[in-house]
Amino acid sequence: MNPVTKNITFDVAKIREDFPILKRKVNGYPLAYLDNAATSQTPKPVMDVIIDYYSNYNANIHRGVHSLSQEATDKYEQARIKIQKHFNAQKAHEIIFTSGTTHGINLVANGFSAILKEGDEILVSALEHHSNIVPWQMLCEKTGAILRVIPMNEEGELIYPAFEELISENTKMVFLNHVSNALGTVNPIEKIIKKAHSVDAAVLIDGAQAAPHIKADVQELDVDFYVASAHKMCGPTGVGVLYGKEEWLEKLPPYQGGGEMIDTVTFEKTTYAGLPHKFEAGTPNICGGIAFGAAIDYLNQIGFENIASSENDLLNYATKKLMEIDGMKIYGVSKNKTAVISFNIEGLHPYDIGTLLDKMGIAVRTGHHCAQPIMDFYRIPGTVRASFSFYNTKGEVERFIEALKKAKSMLS
Amino acid sequence: MSNIKEIQEEVVDEFSMFDDWMQRYEYMIELGKSLPLIDDKYKIDENLIKGCQSKVWVHAELDDDKLVFTADSDAIITKGIVAILIRVFSNQHPSAIIEADTHFIDEIGLKEHLSPTRANGLVSMIKQLKMYAVAYQTQLN
Ligand SMILES: Cc1ncc(COP(=O)(O)O)c(C=O)c1O
Repeated sequence: MNPVTKNITFDVAKIREDFPILKRKVNGYPLAYLDNAATSQTPKPVMDVIIDYYSNYNANIHRGVHSLSQEATDKYEQARIKIQKHFNAQKAHEIIFTSGTTHGINLVANGFSAILKEGDEILVSALEHHSNIVPWQMLCEKTGAILRVIPMNEEGELIYPAFEELISENTKMVFLNHVSNALGTVNPIEKIIKKAHSVDAAVLIDGAQAAPHIKADVQELDVDFYVASAHKMCGPTGVGVLYGKEEWLEKLPPYQGGGEMIDTVTFEKTTYAGLPHKFEAGTPNICGGIAFGAAIDYLNQIGFENIASSENDLLNYATKKLMEIDGMKIYGVSKNKTAVISFNIEGLHPYDIGTLLDKMGIAVRTGHHCAQPIMDFYRIPGTVRASFSFYNTKGEVERFIEALKKAKSMLS
Repeated sequence: MSNIKEIQEEVVDEFSMFDDWMQRYEYMIELGKSLPLIDDKYKIDENLIKGCQSKVWVHAELDDDKLVFTADSDAIITKGIVAILIRVFSNQHPSAIIEADTHFIDEIGLKEHLSPTRANGLVSMIKQLKMYAVAYQTQLN
């Protein structure tokens, strides 16, 4: 993209006006929020939708004959269609509202307990968040299926040839993230999905970290399941999406029983509602779902090309500046990565660095990032992770670097 | 030998000399570096305090009727905090440790570290020191 068009369409100062929280001070310093991979900030247009919902049409959905209920139902279903369009799902009922990525994964893993048999194999990548490991381990305990791990290399990338060796006619399911939360690596999911389908294995992609930066096209990917969380996409917490191919969603049993998910109920037999309601038991996060739709509108309005190019600029600039610091070690150096930098400084504990950065108004994450297997691979207790969003600035990167140098000199 | 309250006052006095957070933290880092190390044989999982992003080991033993703590951490700021706690609580009678309040942590500007949701385990650390005291108290009786 040439810089001229970029300037016309992308003005970070103007965008920051949408995020009141970015004006905050923390410990006496202006906030530099660099923990976007954990949760993103919420822009005013999304907040407005939340206020509008509670001010004007808060009601339970799919049930009432009254006007408010109808309005809320319409808005909720419109949000589903926004999400469908965004991910280019073929049908709106292939979009299931969840409470987040974790819920979506558990829903699918639970469904597969009715499908897997003892000795079946499922493949996980070495780069996963605990959310995409533990539900499958539980599934294996229940069914006797075997969990195998696609290994990673020093650069923080999956070793594709090893995956080709692991996959076989016994493989029933492959699940991995689109983008690693701890390292930012973008995984070659297109190739992996194709290969998995060649042995009739289903694929679940954890898109929690990808969805804020990359617009995934589920039909083009031909993926079976794709999950994401609104709170990492400028939306509210407690709501997310599970995309599933219709044929798979029909095949899986319901996850939770309750209202909304039934067709008829007698004490002898209950028949389940059709998609998507079969997987949406109980009153959902109505306002959250509608706000999720607004967040997707907001991101699309900024434009995913603009998002990718501005975040990439921040990533390159920050990486270059960090590498000038003595003892710097960056984990995850794939050429194909999102704006996440996981690092340590030789001899210093990530917790100490994070504590001092916080004192200077810089918000980063420290620890194992819910990805202990990756930390074990590198034989470290954890890292400091800075993750950038399109609303961050070069000035914030500079403050982060200065604060880091200050912390280093205090700790050494 | 000063009692716990006196030592706490000393610590509060020392910290009151600092004008800003940076001096406070520099001091804590220094304290951390000067913490007498725990004997390596006590750096075992049983002595590890849970709930910390950094590792903290605490060992306790009786010297007459006084309880002596040694500790270590892999993070230096945590170690500084541990050093302060040990200065306050070590070499005291278990009953005094059990009764001691920890209000001084507020006064020296480390309140943020006292939040039970903060993953540094200061709260767990204090709890652990007091649990040792309870255990040794029964032994003394
Ligand atoms: C890759 C990945 N998967 C899953 C999750 C869990 O998401 P949630 O807590 O929103 O369910 C996260 C969030 O940190 C993540 O980064």
